[in-house]
Amino acid sequence: MGATEVITQRQSTWSPYDNNGGTCVAIAGANYCVIAADRRMSTGYSILTRDYSKICKLADKCVLASSGFQADIKALQKNLSARHLIYQHQHNKQMSCPAMAQLLSNTLYYKRFFPYYSFNVLGGLDSEGKGCVYTYDAVGSYERVGYGSQGTGSTLMMPVLDNQLKSPSPLLLPAKDATTPLSESEAVDLVKDIFASATERDIYTGDGLEIVVVNAEGIRREEIMELRKD
Amino acid sequence: MASAEISLPPKGGFSFDLCKRNGMLVKKGVEPPKFRKTGTTIVGLVFKDGIILGADTRATEGPIVCDKNCEKIHCIAPNIYCCGAGTAADTEAVTDMVSSQLELHRYATGRKSRVISALTILKSHLSGYQGYVSAALVLGGVDVTGPHLHTIYPHGSTDSLPFATMGSGSLAAMAMFESRYREFMTREEGIKLVCEAIGSGIFNDLGSGSNIDGQTEYLRNHQLPNPRTYVSSRGYLFAKGHTEVLSTKIIPLREKLQVIEGDAMEE
Repeated sequence: MGATEVITQRQSTWSPYDNNGGTCVAIAGANYCVIAADRRMSTGYSILTRDYSKICKLADKCVLASSGFQADIKALQKNLSARHLIYQHQHNKQMSCPAMAQLLSNTLYYKRFFPYYSFNVLGGLDSEGKGCVYTYDAVGSYERVGYGSQGTGSTLMMPVLDNQLKSPSPLLLPAKDATTPLSESEAVDLVKDIFASATERDIYTGDGLEIVVVNAEGIRREEIMELRKD
Repeated sequence: MASAEISLPPKGGFSFDLCKRNGMLVKKGVEPPKFRKTGTTIVGLVFKDGIILGADTRATEGPIVCDKNCEKIHCIAPNIYCCGAGTAADTEAVTDMVSSQLELHRYATGRKSRVISALTILKSHLSGYQGYVSAALVLGGVDVTGPHLHTIYPHGSTDSLPFATMGSGSLAAMAMFESRYREFMTREEGIKLVCEAIGSGIFNDLGSGSNIDGQTEYLRNHQLPNPRTYVSSRGYLFAKGHTEVLSTKIIPLREKLQVIEGDAMEE
């Protein structure tokens, strides 16, 4: 009797990437933008730290929240900040949010064949002072939307956001305004509840929630809310 | 290959006939279905008067929590209980199997079950399946020979210990035990230590979470250290018209229903 073939799956060798988990969300309002992210950084089944900030202020009306591989994200944030500084020297003004959105897309696509493992949500105010949110994939495809979420818990949050914020189809003509009619405090309340719910079911989301609000007065960190620590 | 076919009775164990097909499917990009694991923290310890078992209550399917309050402490006999880590279906099936075999054995012998009987049945079953039944167990109980605590690994090996932990949170829990365990603790001290060990697993291991179950008598949800942190007071409005109705078909059932008067059933 011949030896039977053993079907084995190849074990993966060394990978340059790791997923540190976490979830980010942004919601655009008529004259504000709420950006939020959880504060847990994990690897595998372990927690590295319970108070890590995934939110980065890029310009005075522009905030980036990213989940994924935090080492790549740090490098990406440094890259964008440096390019923003050069812009300020050359143009004598801060970058607007739509301009930063394009810059981020180009920066991500530049590394198309060894990507930043970074799932981004960019939030802020556009040149007219209305809230704007841009979502990205890992290689720079982006779209302006009324709200967005990325990360391990995004599949749990997006259906609730879709239901509560009544997103109009982007295919409609004339283009409908995607910003939510909710007030700033109502949007913050929704974000808190959504994160509390996602934390129940996603093991990589939890510990704490950092909320940042951008409005005409500038960027302020709204609060840090506690989330489940298990 | 011998062509003479002797019809043998079906032997136990798994049939691996579909492995080649599964390998081919995976190559084509078909994802195998996830199964529900209890990525877990389970512990047991021996105290002055007997055994205390403890477990968390989270069951996961990959990175998602599928059950926030499941029961991981299974009853094998009135005096023997077993915590299970690994694939949830495997731990439940194997503990149910042993529990019914022991009950029949009790009727046959007229005696209370012994922990060593459960241990032998479990280890020979798991060993026969060569580790493919993914059940890692902490078995504990008190019988006529005294208190016993054992760990059983998926391949069938066992250890007999004064304190034991299993599951993905076992390192976090064992750290607690190794630093704080003493022989001949009282019941209160024992329960406190078990709760600390499970708590350590719950907060430091992502595969464990939610609540703490204990067992000397069954203490279901002994501690609930993870309340939900925020509930929106606004509530949610799910207005009509959100879900598009593609088609409606109404079948009036009254027309299909025939009432027939009949005789009463014979006793």
